[in-house]
Amino acid sequence: MSAVTLTEVSKSYGSVEVLRNINLDIEKGELVVFVGPSGCGKSTLLRMIAGLEKISGGTLEIGGARMNEVPPAQRGIAMVFQSYALYPHMTVRDNMAFGMKIAKRPKGEIDKAVENAARILQLTPYLDRLPKALSGGQRQRVAIGRAIVRDPKVFLFDEPLSNLDAALRVATRIEIAQLKDNMPESTMIYVTHDQVEAMTLASRIVVLHGGDIEQVGTPLELYERPANVFVARFIGSPAMNMFPARVTAAGPDGTTVEIEGGGAVAVPIPGRAEDVGSVVKLGVRPEDLTLTDGPALYSGEISIVEALGETTLLYFTPEGGADPIIAKLPGIHRLGRGQTARLSADPAKLHLFDAEEKSYLYR
Amino acid sequence: MQQLFWALGTVVIGVVGCAGYFYVSNLVLDTLLPGRGPDPVRAGRNINRANLIRPWLFLAPAILALGIYLVYPVIESVWLSLHDRSGQNFVGLSNYVWMLNDPGFRESMFNNMLWLLVVPAAATGFGLAAAALTDRIWWGNIAKSLIFMPMAISFVGASVIWKFIYDYRAPGEPQIGILNALVTWFGGDPQAWLTIPFWNNFFLMVILVWIQTGFAMVILSAALRGIPEETVEAAVLDGANPIQIFFRIKMPQIWGTIAVVWTTITILVLKVFDIVLAMTNGQWRTQVLANLMFDWMFRGGGDFGRGAAIAVVIMVLVIPIMVWNIRRANAEMKGH
Amino acid sequence: MEATPATKSPLTLVTHLTVLLLVALWTLPTAGLFISSLRDKDQLAVSGWWTALSSSSQSLQGRTGAAPDQKEENGVYVITGNLLGDTAGRVSAFGTTSREPEAYEAGAAADLGDGATLTVGEDGAYRLESPVPFESKRGQRVFVTAEQPPRFTLDNYREVLRSEGIGRSFVNSLTVAVPATIIPILIAAFAAYALAWMEFPGRALLIAAVVGLLVVPLQMSLIPLLRLYNGVAEVFGVPAKTYLGIWLAHTGFGMPLAIYLLRNYMAGLPREVLESARVDGASDFEIFTKIILPLSFPALASFAIFQFLWVWNDLLVAIVFLGAQDESLVLTGRLVNLLGSRGGNWEILTASAFITIVVPLLVFFTLQRYLVRGLLAGSVKGG
Ligand SMILES: Nc1ncnc2c1ncn2[C@@H]1O[C@H](COP(=O)(O)OP(=O)(O)OP(=O)(O)O)[C@@H](O)[C@H]1O
Ligand SMILES: [Mg+2]
Repeated sequence: MSAVTLTEVSKSYGSVEVLRNINLDIEKGELVVFVGPSGCGKSTLLRMIAGLEKISGGTLEIGGARMNEVPPAQRGIAMVFQSYALYPHMTVRDNMAFGMKIAKRPKGEIDKAVENAARILQLTPYLDRLPKALSGGQRQRVAIGRAIVRDPKVFLFDEPLSNLDAALRVATRIEIAQLKDNMPESTMIYVTHDQVEAMTLASRIVVLHGGDIEQVGTPLELYERPANVFVARFIGSPAMNMFPARVTAAGPDGTTVEIEGGGAVAVPIPGRAEDVGSVVKLGVRPEDLTLTDGPALYSGEISIVEALGETTLLYFTPEGGADPIIAKLPGIHRLGRGQTARLSADPAKLHLFDAEEKSYLYR
Repeated sequence: MQQLFWALGTVVIGVVGCAGYFYVSNLVLDTLLPGRGPDPVRAGRNINRANLIRPWLFLAPAILALGIYLVYPVIESVWLSLHDRSGQNFVGLSNYVWMLNDPGFRESMFNNMLWLLVVPAAATGFGLAAAALTDRIWWGNIAKSLIFMPMAISFVGASVIWKFIYDYRAPGEPQIGILNALVTWFGGDPQAWLTIPFWNNFFLMVILVWIQTGFAMVILSAALRGIPEETVEAAVLDGANPIQIFFRIKMPQIWGTIAVVWTTITILVLKVFDIVLAMTNGQWRTQVLANLMFDWMFRGGGDFGRGAAIAVVIMVLVIPIMVWNIRRANAEMKGH
Repeated sequence: MEATPATKSPLTLVTHLTVLLLVALWTLPTAGLFISSLRDKDQLAVSGWWTALSSSSQSLQGRTGAAPDQKEENGVYVITGNLLGDTAGRVSAFGTTSREPEAYEAGAAADLGDGATLTVGEDGAYRLESPVPFESKRGQRVFVTAEQPPRFTLDNYREVLRSEGIGRSFVNSLTVAVPATIIPILIAAFAAYALAWMEFPGRALLIAAVVGLLVVPLQMSLIPLLRLYNGVAEVFGVPAKTYLGIWLAHTGFGMPLAIYLLRNYMAGLPREVLESARVDGASDFEIFTKIILPLSFPALASFAIFQFLWVWNDLLVAIVFLGAQDESLVLTGRLVNLLGSRGGNWEILTASAFITIVVPLLVFFTLQRYLVRGLLAGSVKGG
């Protein structure tokens, strides 16, 4: 049964439409991550699910029931805010208990729920402290604890880690992953613009861009078979290289393209005869490029070398001032600026996008 | 008119004089202790010395003003309160003894306590309500501006406004004071409100509450807006209704500001003088300390000893708040 | 947040109504004063300002013409005229004795005995008829009850400005307020800069002292300063109550707030700006005049408004240090005097009161933003 269902959901502020026709089905027990560049509407979508923003159009169902008009507290959700949103005048214990107190639950039950959440998050020693006497990571755990106490059907996280420093962020990310493992029944929706968080935590990722869903899929699906250029370049770091190319032959077994100012290559993606002659984009991830002495996909003068030890990044400046071409080679390579390098790639790892920047796979 | 030109002339002279003082004294300092010169050691020493002196040059006029108009009078008042009416002969504590037995003083003290209980509470309460409510409606800013307006009106002006409201005509005549008009409209008898002992105190307090509510509202409204939005949203998710959110989430986060508003109004109440003078001049048992003191200053040529003693009492009542303020300011500076 | 569906409830309506009530309570008193000050003084005396737009019923007294005015018409002696004179109005009733001023309806004929009758029409026109000639040298006394339309006039203002000394006091108030607002600013600004940005021993103590002096009641200062002023006056043979004296007094009393406000504001200015100026070789004096003063404009404006309102509205300092003689009374003092001497003459009081509050109200409505900012700087910090 699906935990959360969005049907044709849209949102506008006055005449500005910030989300359009969002359709999404989230299964029980999933951890779905919303990613996308800043301002794409991730928070807005999450807050609509929470009931903090009105839904302008479409329907939201949680646990099979329509929720558009249901007050936030009765939707069976809990939310963890980026800024923690702890009540500064209450102790950790009271912070976690507040919702249950409002609901007038018996004291014994409240205490039990609070102690349980505190134990899970190792907050027991801090229960009687005020939030200002806690570190950032501890505050974030209290915010999560407050959500756990509510025992919600759906957990909502809005960039919960972005106020933490790099090391703590990794640690807390792992804690959240463990938390999810310990609560396999619970559904979580997690907003971030950090793709590492998205890739490591998600059972499915929803990529949002300018108010539309670009693609929904498991992390590896998005990586291996991006639906369009936006997703292809958004997932993976450094971003996928795009070579302008022309289709020279196409058939059910594959498509042959000729790179502008480079070689020709046969890609094992089925094509259509009418595509011959059309201009396309050939996508190659930097990590899929290798140095070669044979026929090259691309060859050019190295403009920058970044040696990171475990990998070496080579930057090329293509003619015409387009985005730089990047190759990510494992290990150490003694190459310098100005040297010419020849690059090739395994045809199975090549991507083809048509003029609308949609992947050939999905036409 | 001539008088006005004269006043403007003073402004110019005063400003030029002040600016001149600062400029010249600063110049003199720079010439006496030049910070540049062939001998770098000496120049450095000069700079250090000049830096020790300069703050005091900047501060001198202010310290002088504070000293003459506030510090010296406080000490002198205490000293005078131990003297007789002319301020010449030492009489020990007898002014204070007199005070304790004086029915006028006891009445004032009682009334002042009443003012202290009612006015800060009422003004802060109304101000908080106005702040919370106006923040939720689209014409809130206009409403705020109107509620804030009495702040600009003098106590005397406000007294006239309210005296007009309390105006009394004999029963049967048309009432032009709105309060009595309402009372008669509901079938009651018109009252001379200001002459009804005990309750008339409240009719005077209304004026100060009316003036100060705007002040409380402005400050509390800013404090309410300073509350992080997310805590309120979190409370919404926790199922709190708007009233619970206000009392359990918002109020506790602005206690500090409420205290500031409360104490500020408290200080004002202790000094309240104009309203009582204009409305009743202390008759019908509405006397308060500040007006009593004013009475003693001028009554029958003036009794400086007793007047000063009453002033000292007002000062003593202010001291706890003064200490609290200083502590708060210190804590805040350490926080910086 | 406000868009939260759950908070859209009947509460919204209650909120609107409550705020409306609050606003009414906080504006109607002033509105009443203002409206009354514009009303005709006879109407003001007999009806509340809330009836200002409806016509008011007034009892008037008049006399008919006397024997010389009579004419003979068909053997009846007649005197005609109008009791209301030029004033507009509608007579509803009239009478000929003070005991029964409303004995007859308009248009009815009153029997005056000896066959004489009096008719008063709605427009106030009367007709006195008698079969025998009138002989009395004085006309008949007539009481009429007339409905008069609302009348608004500036007469009250003319009167108080001319004969009640309000005009004079207005000039006095300005004379006190302008220098007493401007002089303290400069003095306080230098001190505030020293307290905010210069390092010297005793700084913290001085700041604490300023905070403490902020709440010292004015009452403490009155007697010692009065004695001091009298002493100085005696020694130098000058009057004790002068404008200079009150300007300095207001400067002294306003100093703690001025220093406190300005210091708080200046301390909040970005340190980098000052440091880069210092690296550029600016001296403290230059930093102050070229950087701090211009940047502190909002705080200076806030304080100026405060001080102006406070000085303009002050009563105590003015009567103690400027005196209560007629020629030196400021507006507030004048108003208190009028309350005593003209307590029942609301046309005088309302007009005078409005003149005293109109300047602060103008300042308030035009510069409200700075006022609010100043209030917040003064109290909310650390709250
Ligand atoms: N109250 C509002 N009125 C008008 N536009 C708004 C409002 N709130 C948000 N928006 C717009 O809606 C869009 C989506 O905002 P949202 O906060 O959902 O972005 P986001 O994806 O969470 O970005 P970020 O990663 O920066 O948090 C933005 O373009 C924003 O400008
Ligand atoms: Mg966001």
